[in-house]
Amino acid sequence: MPQIIFTEPDGTRHEIDAAVGTTLMQAAVQNQVRGIVALCGGACACATCHVYVGQAWLAKVGPREEMEEGMIEAAWEPRENSRLSCQIHVTAELDGLEVTVPSRQGG
Amino acid sequence: MVPSMIIVGGGQAGAQAVDTLRREGFTGRLVLICEEPELPYQRPPLSKKFLSAELAADRLLFRHRSFYQEHGVELMLGVRAVRLDPSQRQIELSDGQTLAYGQLLLCLGAVARRITCPGADLLGVHYLRNLADVAPLRAAFKPGARAVVIGGGYIGLETAATARKMGCEVTVLEMADRVMNRVVSSCVSQYFAQVHQTHGIDLKCGVRVVAVEGRERAEYVLCADGSRFAADIVVVGVGAIANTELAESAGLACDDGICVDEYCSTSVPGIYAAGDCTNHPSPRFGRRVRLESVDNAFEQSKTAALNMLGRPTVHDRVPWFWSDQFDNKMLIVGLTYGHDTQVVRGDPKSRSFSVCYLKERELLAVEAVNHSKDYMAARKLIAERAVMDPAKLADLNIDLKEAV
Repeated sequence: MPQIIFTEPDGTRHEIDAAVGTTLMQAAVQNQVRGIVALCGGACACATCHVYVGQAWLAKVGPREEMEEGMIEAAWEPRENSRLSCQIHVTAELDGLEVTVPSRQGG
Repeated sequence: MVPSMIIVGGGQAGAQAVDTLRREGFTGRLVLICEEPELPYQRPPLSKKFLSAELAADRLLFRHRSFYQEHGVELMLGVRAVRLDPSQRQIELSDGQTLAYGQLLLCLGAVARRITCPGADLLGVHYLRNLADVAPLRAAFKPGARAVVIGGGYIGLETAATARKMGCEVTVLEMADRVMNRVVSSCVSQYFAQVHQTHGIDLKCGVRVVAVEGRERAEYVLCADGSRFAADIVVVGVGAIANTELAESAGLACDDGICVDEYCSTSVPGIYAAGDCTNHPSPRFGRRVRLESVDNAFEQSKTAALNMLGRPTVHDRVPWFWSDQFDNKMLIVGLTYGHDTQVVRGDPKSRSFSVCYLKERELLAVEAVNHSKDYMAARKLIAERAVMDPAKLADLNIDLKEAV
């Protein structure tokens, strides 16, 4: 299974084996990554699964869609590498992906 | 010995309370009592992607079983709390056990409101609230099957949309003159009515169901105006009622929900309540409310847990809600009580618009249809009690946060 690396705001690292086809958010929640709240369960409705994608991975992860764009714009400390982890599907190409969790979630 | 904490109810609020209590350092005995046999799971997908089988059952779970083991949470699944005795600080369960509690948190949720007309108990009349309700719907939602949905609220419309996507011939019967009339503006109602009609759903508003007819199974739904709709399956979505029975019989104050204060405390010391079952004060909106909301359940239960740990914390949040119907996402934030003005931003024909509610120009609520940007901006503005400029608001080219 592809491995996804989550870094919590305090530096704690989680190396998680995530099944292809699931989302980064699901992998984070099931493995108790702190700071990924994911209240809406992946409906792109809450902006509480925000992550920063490692610069080297941006192209492979792909661009945000319109709904996600609107959510991120008003999220807590958005950056150009911000994504909602519920909108990133795990693929074989994402093996080794590194993401960082912001210090807060929501608007 | 540290007194034990018992949580009754394994929905969003109950599952969150366990998490917060352990995270915030509670080391004593922690029991989670769940009436349903499943591990605590998320309810919103039940009418959406779980119903259409696009989402597997294990993906509904808040946590895997191992989480509860690792965190020393005693899960009691398929067990109901039948009696609460506050004078003894005891709770009796359906399996005959009696548990003593130091502090108790009631996360009892809500139950689907039932219809009572003749034929309401016939086979083939279904409700959608729990995981177990999904299997018969999935089985019945075959291509060409005739599904009659009673009620054009969130559950009714989401279920109708899913049934249609699964190939059913769908009729929606709504008593009011427009869909979702209790929760959205007429502009948003009209938009969604059109969405459903465009997708081939037969939507009837202003019709009152008077009977479900059939010999053994539901075959027709009869309305007061004499119209009759053939049905292979009937799904009822006519609202939910706070589950207060346990609390009421124990003498806790209840009034459309278990009455709690801003610290999530009930009228009886040592007993707290959170989520859909509560009637609670909203400091931001200056009134008492009962909300059916994932976000409220999550936040209120976190707050309740902190109060149970002796850290006084007030529950004061701007609630939000969402609904997915076909390829449309509606996001709602705030509460509309007492508004004096509605401003529509954008053109519903463009698929992306929002409706703002003002009271003396202060922003109270926003309904955003396929417009996540307005929704996110509104979350901040409403909490800050922002005063808006209605003329700027009406111009979609001006960002919501600049329309002050």
